[in-house]
Amino acid sequence: MSEAAMTQTDMDVAIQLIGMHKWYGEFHVLKDINLTVERGEKIVVCGPSGSGKSTMIRCINRLEEHQQGQIIVDGIELTNDVKKIDEIRREVGMVFQHFNLFPHLTVLENCTLAPIWVRKTPKAEAEETAMKFLERVKIPEQALKYPGQLSGGQQQRVAIARSLCMNPRIMLFDEPTSALDPEMISEVLDTMISLAEEGMTMICVTHEMGFAKTVADRVIFMDAGEIIEQAPPTEFFENPQSERTQLFLSQILHNG
Amino acid sequence: MAIVKTERHEDLPPPASQTGVIGWMRENLFSSPLNALLTVVSLYVIWWAVSGIVSYAFINANFVGETREDCTGTGACWVFIKARFGQIMYGFYPVEERWRVDIGYVLAAIGLFLVLSDVVKNKKWPAVYMFVFVPVVCYFLFYGGSFGLEVVETSQWGGLFLTLVLASVSIFVALPLGIVLALGRRSSMPIVRMLCVGFIEFVRGVPLITVLFMASVMLPLFLPEGMNFDKLIRALVGMSLFSAAYMAEVVRGGLQAIPKGQMEAAKSLGLGYWQAMGLIILPQALKIAIPSIVNTFIGLFKDTTLVLIIGLLDLLSIVKAGTTDKEWVGMATEGYVFVAAVFWVFCFGMSRYSIWLENKLHTGHKR
Repeated sequence: MSEAAMTQTDMDVAIQLIGMHKWYGEFHVLKDINLTVERGEKIVVCGPSGSGKSTMIRCINRLEEHQQGQIIVDGIELTNDVKKIDEIRREVGMVFQHFNLFPHLTVLENCTLAPIWVRKTPKAEAEETAMKFLERVKIPEQALKYPGQLSGGQQQRVAIARSLCMNPRIMLFDEPTSALDPEMISEVLDTMISLAEEGMTMICVTHEMGFAKTVADRVIFMDAGEIIEQAPPTEFFENPQSERTQLFLSQILHNG
Repeated sequence: MAIVKTERHEDLPPPASQTGVIGWMRENLFSSPLNALLTVVSLYVIWWAVSGIVSYAFINANFVGETREDCTGTGACWVFIKARFGQIMYGFYPVEERWRVDIGYVLAAIGLFLVLSDVVKNKKWPAVYMFVFVPVVCYFLFYGGSFGLEVVETSQWGGLFLTLVLASVSIFVALPLGIVLALGRRSSMPIVRMLCVGFIEFVRGVPLITVLFMASVMLPLFLPEGMNFDKLIRALVGMSLFSAAYMAEVVRGGLQAIPKGQMEAAKSLGLGYWQAMGLIILPQALKIAIPSIVNTFIGLFKDTTLVLIIGLLDLLSIVKAGTTDKEWVGMATEGYVFVAAVFWVFCFGMSRYSIWLENKLHTGHKR
């Protein structure tokens, strides 16, 4: 997979992980990860808990540090160079399991903070952009409330809008619906689906297999720190190759 | 067969049985024989204490007069405080120069009002005024030596004026320094972390009295001949560093209460370390820490009285000195009660302000 990817031009490749390893102390969490994500591609990452899915996507915007191998995002290789890290973080949006909205700021201020301070956008312009994205996630009327006054689903949609305000070229989703009540999951997934339809490059760690089937170009299955299998969703769900994938799928589809 | 409820239940007002004064008293004061007994006993204790204080401090007290002879001895003799009022307020600051201190008070009061109250929304200019303009102007006003103002040596400063100078300088230095120390203690750079931990643990491990004593007695031994800091400056440095160490731990407590996800979200949006700290982490951490920060301020304010041991005449020491005056023998109670009352007013004020601030900053995420 990685060899084929390397022959492609930089323009087509959004993210490239080459022989990436990571350890937490003595514990080897990610083992020889090779992954190429093309521009506009939607990838769903699944696997049992503790398999390193979140750690992998957190390495892509350097919330976690990798110790071996290469990570190239948007043509920039991630090293200890703080400038490059900041450059990549500006282009890569992230949505977290627990939303991580800033509770002391209003919804609107949450959305305008980074554009104003990082991109130096004038305040009025930043607010206009923020309102545009809040309308897209269908909660413009909550703009002046504080995150603590919103429901979980609304908070997650604000978090998505907050990321979009930076005009990222890549979006990472780290189990965006896992902390939500069941009746709020669909409102967040709808937002993500519409984002995917617009051609955003997305990597999404999720257990929502329905989402994977509708949206994903490729599904990646991880276990014990390794990428075990990757395939287009139809193939992945109907004809999984590895035993571990089959076991995992039988477990989650049984419950779902 | 399914059981289905077709009509919605209407919203009803809460039951009214326990409202009204009688209902409240029955519920809260006389709900059982023991409770009733406790209520009666407590009321008696309150009446006894309050009536005693009122008759001592007001009804039987002396307010009129100039000298010891005007004290009748039936209650407090506030004539003592009145006669010494100037000294209690300003120490030995020359009488004809005391207007300079008063102007300083007015400037600082305006600044405090602008910074602390709700009147001005954008705090940038009030902050510049309060933390840059007022300190500089007050330095030149109080010490003099330029703009045609006569020099007033710090050894002449005293009373409430000195107490306020000590407290406000220490507070203004301790909070920012404490924040820096707290961030340093959580830093990923080992040398910075070690320095901060070392400083905090050393300073917290010794009593303030020792710090002051070292600053005033031992420091000159280490300095080259002829080089000498002002006694007040040494006390200020000692107190500021001492309270900064405490403040650092208070701020660290606040920082630890902020979930890791906040920093991660800030980073993922491209904010740098200082932006994330200044815009996201510290505003929340300091808000959580407000009660403890004010607690430290109050402790610090009262600890200023310890400068007594290095010979500075703050509010407490100057009153104490007054009570040893042979013309006013036996006035110690009045003196100390007055000092206590002044301290209480300031500390209670700080406490109420912190409660108000907490409510104002509450944004509904804490349920």
